[in-house]
Order: sequence, then structure tokens, then C-alpha cells
Amino acid sequence: MRLFFAVGKFFKEVFLKLGRSFFFLQDTVYWLFKSKLEKEEVLKQMKRVGVESFPVCILTSLFTGMVLALQSGLSSKSIFNDPLYVGTLVAFSMVLELGPVLTSIVVAGRVGAAFTAEIGTMKVTEQIDALYTLGVNPFSYLAVPRLIASCLMLPLLVIFSDIIGILGGYFVSIVKLGIPGKIYFDDVTRYLEIMDVLHGIIKTFFFALIIFWVSCFNGFYTGEGAEGVGKATTTTVVVSMILILLSDYFLGSLLISFGIG
Amino acid sequence: MIKIRGVHKYFEDKWVLRGVDIDIYDGETITIIGGSGEGKSVLLKCIVGLLKVDKGEIVIDGVDITKVSDIELQKVQKNFGFLFQGAALFDSMTVYENVAFGIRRRNPSLSESKIRRIVEEKLSLVGLKGVENLKPAALSGGMKKRVGLARAIATNPKYILYDEPTTGLDPVLADSINDLIIDMKKKLGVTSIVVTHDIHSACKVSDRIAMLYSGKIIEVGTPQDILNSKNALVRNFIKGVMI
Ligand SMILES: Nc1ncnc2c1ncn2[C@@H]1O[C@H](COP(=O)(O)OP(=O)(O)O)[C@@H](O)[C@H]1O
Ligand SMILES: [Mg+2]
Repeated sequence: MRLFFAVGKFFKEVFLKLGRSFFFLQDTVYWLFKSKLEKEEVLKQMKRVGVESFPVCILTSLFTGMVLALQSGLSSKSIFNDPLYVGTLVAFSMVLELGPVLTSIVVAGRVGAAFTAEIGTMKVTEQIDALYTLGVNPFSYLAVPRLIASCLMLPLLVIFSDIIGILGGYFVSIVKLGIPGKIYFDDVTRYLEIMDVLHGIIKTFFFALIIFWVSCFNGFYTGEGAEGVGKATTTTVVVSMILILLSDYFLGSLLISFGIG
Repeated sequence: MIKIRGVHKYFEDKWVLRGVDIDIYDGETITIIGGSGEGKSVLLKCIVGLLKVDKGEIVIDGVDITKVSDIELQKVQKNFGFLFQGAALFDSMTVYENVAFGIRRRNPSLSESKIRRIVEEKLSLVGLKGVENLKPAALSGGMKKRVGLARAIATNPKYILYDEPTTGLDPVLADSINDLIIDMKKKLGVTSIVVTHDIHSACKVSDRIAMLYSGKIIEVGTPQDILNSKNALVRNFIKGVMI
């Protein structure tokens, strides 16, 4: 019986949170169109999302591209005696999956966590109430700029990551596998189409939305005190990573069924 | 004039306010006393519309804010300055930017030199000088409250709400904040609502004191009335704090 109540309570809380998070998104979209854009804040957040995570993203995608080239080259060498289609494999993997997913996860861990911690701290120290009393709506001042910054900067980061990943593969192909550079790039460009790039970018757009939604919602609805903020931050990282990975599969299949990628 | 009638406020699993009735007259300083967790902060936040009441009315200069749209509410809110318990300064901004924040929003066309003049004037009103470029983290508790007060009065509000202005300060600092509250009334002619559990401070600054207990106002009167109250609950509260 007690278990029954515990399960009931758990579901009640999950649904409450889910409901609130939809209202949160609705409010943000409402204020996106209803209030004057906080240009200064938007620029500040764009710089944060773009610049702060740039080095980590570059490092991640560079080594991902390198290891992809190395492994695929060696495998195909052991089967066909020749490292075939290394460029094709690296390009497809980066552009379709690893660029968008890895970059988004890095940004979720860095920027998403920072969003939650920052907004959560403002919440528990009554700074959000203070915004209201000074005549500023917290949605238009805090949420909207972060939404815009995420949705604009994450795709940009992903494009950089794709390029760097492919370049990483290029170095390894030349140095480790002895593939001529021209052949590598021919392999890259021969099969890759604009639709594949679009596939990755559209997904990234949704990942950006997930990061914004999860992180800012958790900030605005953080629990009491420093402990609450800590918990909310952890939740943001875990939930957004899971949502990114799950939605990656479903978005991917959906886009393919529409002939994109 | 603020008329509060039968205000109820409910949170998840408990009633915090259960029918608060009180009138607040223009130009007076009224203090609401009560133990911690009684709902004093909740009441203040209901008055400015930061929290929505579940029942009852709050009529501010003839407008019942429990019934108006968000846009109307924002208009009424312009009459309020709020000093939060922990000052709630924006910690990513300097003192100057904190005080200027509300001014900029209210008058987007104001020139920077005019804003600077207002900020300096408000800071000197609360007894601060030369702290404009500091971040809130570099300020002591008492200074934070002063900056919070400067920010609250920056837009010349008619009502100033103080949430536990002296809590957490040493007696000397607490007294200087009391003086500030009296000063604000004298110099700016504002109506002040103070919330505190510090009976000394309440007696010093108030024209009237109201006691909140178990979600209701159980007694209102001058500081003398309250100190000589026959109500056992009020006496116990005062005795408890005096000791
Ligand atoms: N946003 C909120 N959500 C849920 N409960 C709250 C909230 N704000 C205040 N409470 C509860 O209301 C009660 C009164 O709080 P408060 O007004 O802060 O007391 P105080 O008189 O010390 O200022 C407390 O028990 C608190 O837990
Ligand atoms: Mg309080």
C-alpha cells in the first residue's frame, strides 16, 4: 500500500513538472513576441554560448574525427588490404551524427549547467522577484535571450565541429594511413549532399531547444537554497543528455522518412 | 492607501495566510511583526503582486490588483519599491548598474549623465559614496541593504516595502538602517510597510504595528498599544523577543 502511494506521488510529481515545463515554454514564446528584445542580453548570451564552448567543441570533434579515420582505416586495411572510403565514413559520421550530438552534449554540460546555476541562484536569492519589482519581466530578460542564443549559436558550433572533425580525419589519413590528401577529400565530397548537412543542422536546432528548455526551466523552478540549485544543475545535465540522445534517434528517423539525409 | 481584505494564500499543502485584513494609510510607516515562517514575506509579496492571492482583495489606490490584467498590474507596481531580505542585488552588475537598472527601464530616453546624477543622489540618500564600481560580492551585509534601498527608491516610488531590513545586522548597523527608514519617510514622504520579527526596530520606526499570527492580523495599534497589549499571544511574542 505504501509503495502504491509512493508510485502515485512520483507520477504526480512527474506530471506536475511536465505540465509546468510546457507552461514555461509557452510563456517564453509569448514574451519572445510580446516584449521588446533585450539586445544587450542576447549578444551577451550569444557570446557565452558560442565562445565559451568553442575550445571544448573543437577539441572534442578534432579527436573524434581523428579516431574515426584511424579505426575505419585500420579495419578496412585488415579486410581489403587498403584503407578505403575513410573520408566518406568520417564525413558522414561527423555531419549526420557525431558533430550535432557530441557538440550538443558538450554545450549541455557547459552552458546548460551554467544557465541553470545562474538562473537558479537568482531565483533563490530573490533576484528574479527583484526584476519583477523593477518593471522587467524575467521571461523576456532571462529566458528569451538564452533561447535565441542557443538556437543561433549551437548550429554554428556544429558546423565548425563538422569541419574540424573532417580535418582531423584528414591529418590521420595522411600521417597514419598513407592516404593521399586529394583522395580523402574526394571521398568526403563525392557522396555527401546538402541534405545530409541539413539533416544534422535541423537536429541541432532541436537539441538547442532541448538544452534551453531543460536548463532554464530547472533554473526558474529550482528548489530551496544552495542545495536546490546544485540538484537542479545536475538534473539539467542528465535530463538534457538523455533527451538529446533519445530525440536523436526519433528525429533522425523522421527526417529520413521525409527524405532529408 | 492600501486596503487588504480577507487575503488567503495557499501553498501546495498548507494555508499560510487565512484572512488578512488591514488598511495602510498614506504617509504612515506600518510594521508587521510575527514569528519566522508566519507568512510575513508572503504577505508583502502578495501586496506587490509577486504572488497571486487565492482569496480576498488588495486594493491599491482604488485598484484591486487581484482582479486586474498583468499590464494593469505592472502599472500599479510602478508605485512600489521593494527592499528584499537578502537585498537581492544583481550580482553580475556593479552597484551603479544595479541602481540605474530601474531608472533606465522607466525612462529609456534619459541621458547617461542624468542617470549618473540620479544614482549618485540616491546613493548619498542611503549614506553611500564611492562604491559605484564595486560588485555586490565586495559589499558587507549592511552596505548591500543600503544599495538595495537605493535601487528601490531610484524610481521615486510612493510605497516602500522592507522585508526584514535589520535581520542579520549587528545592533549598530541595525540602528542605522532604522534611521534610514525614518529618513525615507521624512525626506521622501513615502508610505512604508516594514516586515520584521525585531520588536525594537518595529517600535523605533513605526507609526503603527500589526501582528501577524497563524495567518491573520490579530492586533493593530501604536507601538505603545502593542507593548501594553492585553492579548496573550502578542505579550508572549514581545516577551520572547525582549529576552
Ligand atoms: N514559494 C513558496 N512555495 C511554497 N511555500 C512557500 C513559498 N514561499 C513561502 N512558503 C511557505 O510559507 C510560509 C511562510 O513563509 P514566509 O512568508 O517566508 O515567512 P516569514 O514570516 O518568515 O517571512 C513558510 O512556511 C514557507 O515555507
Ligand atoms: Mg521572511
